[in-house]
Amino acid sequence: MSFDRIREKLNILADAAKYDVSCSSSGGTRKNDNKGLGDSHSSGICHTYTEDGRCVSLLKILLTNHCIYDCLFCVSRKSNDVKRAAFTVDEVVELTMNFYRRNYIEGLFLSSGIFKNADFTMERLLLVCKKLRLEQNYNGYIHLKTIPGASDELIKEAGLYADRMSINLEMPTEAGLKLLAPEKSHADVIKPLAFVPQNITQFAADKKLIKHVPKFVPAGQSTQMVIGATPETDKDIMYTANAFYKNFSLKRVYYSGYVPISNDTRMPILGTQPPLLRENRLYQTDWLMRFYGFKVQEILNDANPNLDVDIDPKLSWAIRNMQHFPVDINKADYRMILRIPGIGVMSAQKIVQARKFGKLRIDQLKKIGVAYNRAKHFITCADSPYQLKDYQGTQIKAFILAESQSKYLKTDSNQMILF
Amino acid sequence: MTYIFDSSLPGLLTAVFEWFERKPGKVVLKSTEIFQPEAFSESFTVATNSEKADRVWAGLQKKLKKDWLRKFYCSYLSEIPEAYNHLFQFTIYIFQNSTGAETNYGNEHVIALAKYAKSVEREKHRMEAFIRFQHTADGIFYTGVNPDFNVLPLISNHFKNRYADQQWIIYDLKRKYGLHYNLNTVEEITIDFTNGVNSKNPSAILLDEKEELYSVLWKDYFKSANIVARKNTKLHVQHVPKRYWKYLTEKQLS
Repeated sequence: MSFDRIREKLNILADAAKYDVSCSSSGGTRKNDNKGLGDSHSSGICHTYTEDGRCVSLLKILLTNHCIYDCLFCVSRKSNDVKRAAFTVDEVVELTMNFYRRNYIEGLFLSSGIFKNADFTMERLLLVCKKLRLEQNYNGYIHLKTIPGASDELIKEAGLYADRMSINLEMPTEAGLKLLAPEKSHADVIKPLAFVPQNITQFAADKKLIKHVPKFVPAGQSTQMVIGATPETDKDIMYTANAFYKNFSLKRVYYSGYVPISNDTRMPILGTQPPLLRENRLYQTDWLMRFYGFKVQEILNDANPNLDVDIDPKLSWAIRNMQHFPVDINKADYRMILRIPGIGVMSAQKIVQARKFGKLRIDQLKKIGVAYNRAKHFITCADSPYQLKDYQGTQIKAFILAESQSKYLKTDSNQMILF
Repeated sequence: MTYIFDSSLPGLLTAVFEWFERKPGKVVLKSTEIFQPEAFSESFTVATNSEKADRVWAGLQKKLKKDWLRKFYCSYLSEIPEAYNHLFQFTIYIFQNSTGAETNYGNEHVIALAKYAKSVEREKHRMEAFIRFQHTADGIFYTGVNPDFNVLPLISNHFKNRYADQQWIIYDLKRKYGLHYNLNTVEEITIDFTNGVNSKNPSAILLDEKEELYSVLWKDYFKSANIVARKNTKLHVQHVPKRYWKYLTEKQLS
């Protein structure tokens, strides 16, 4: 292959793939038992970070950016005037192997524009996976995009070689999707999303009977929604995410702040700042749902359809629900300790272990890792100072904001102004 | 009272043995490197003894589960002078209390070990992430590193399992030893860099002809994957602190 041509292809096809924010390389269980190349790391490894602060763990490329669809939010849409390119199967295999050998990457993230039809595209993707696994003895991570509309047989076969599969919802609601991509619908996405877990369950059931069952998508499925291209509320977005977590046992939902790439009047104009703060708040909510035992309805509901901009959703919930506070660190249930602003999962676990040995004091909490200046408004412990006054939620919010140094407070220009 | 030891792990464990034999009351453990005689304090030099050390280690194995033995070992690898004393006090504390005492995060030594271990594990993880091999002309994948803590013993298995079909060398330039995987086992090696070889960036002559190609492609990829509209230098530097840039192919100019 000619050096300049491969450079050009890589530039085009990496550039086109970068708007897919899924980056994780976690959950793989593949072991290097054939003395080949690669071994998965259960929590994944971020090998580097781009200058926008996003992690790079996988070689994220499109097989091609030729596409028969014309989705407005996508750089590779048919009507967009961009350079087109396509990798051959062998080029992708060689790049992956050589990057992996140098410890540049954790694996391959392979997606593609749709050329000819869904099955033709899916077949090519499958071919790359098979070559890597069967010919090159490659045991590194493979994240494969499911092509909407591909046949069940192809998806099932791909699942035997990929660690994770994903398929993007693109827009949080069906109405939003129809507005920007009339040819697509959520139903196209839901079908394969549902198909994979059925097979995972099937393989798991077989495993009880047969000793050697091949792995099937061991790292599960994920999806992505573009945020801020269409006018959905945070509630719409998170309710959709919640439904997909529940119904399809997804490992991750990614929220991708829309980076303007089109001058179509239906979307934010070119040059608009991507909604980074909003994206951050959505991820915080996602974490509260997955790791902190919050129900989405507690954080977002008809009275509060959008997340606070100036404070994080956990603090926001606490301030709206002051009847639960202060919490006694030395007595409260683990689940309640998790809900205290300023206390994370690790600190909460340490607290419930350590308090068996004696009542905890402020200095110990600080050493354990509690953000005490934040937590102090919501807790009592062995040596909490006696408080005469009961502060209102709004007052506490003012105290915390006065001493917080969020990077967003000063540079906040593109966000909605609430007051 | 000050106990002085040779900063080896057996030495540290021997110190614990000696303390239990003598019960001298409050003792601070220091390594020979940082010990300075004080006018009103006695000192005792611990003679490292592998038998005594083994007995203490066996005792610890009975008291602690795997995760805490690892925290103990990681804290030792931090090579931080204060960490040695915390390890010493922690061990005494563990032996003097019933099983499960290591979960008392209110205890200063327990929390100290948890913190040292966290730092060391983070450095270990960073090495797993930021090491970049260069393919040399003799077919070995080489890298020279300069980790904050002595993490080579911790990363050996990771690289052995992962790169089972290629020979590799990871060399700690600060501590002057390295690991060499010869397709079967990992062995400790020392290299003499005297004859003008640049240990961090071997000159092009020593590298495989395709090395240049892939490093350029990787740099290209790194640039293409960036979204300029989302530029966030603070976050970038937070994730990849500047002291690691020297390892990273993608952060090198040219």
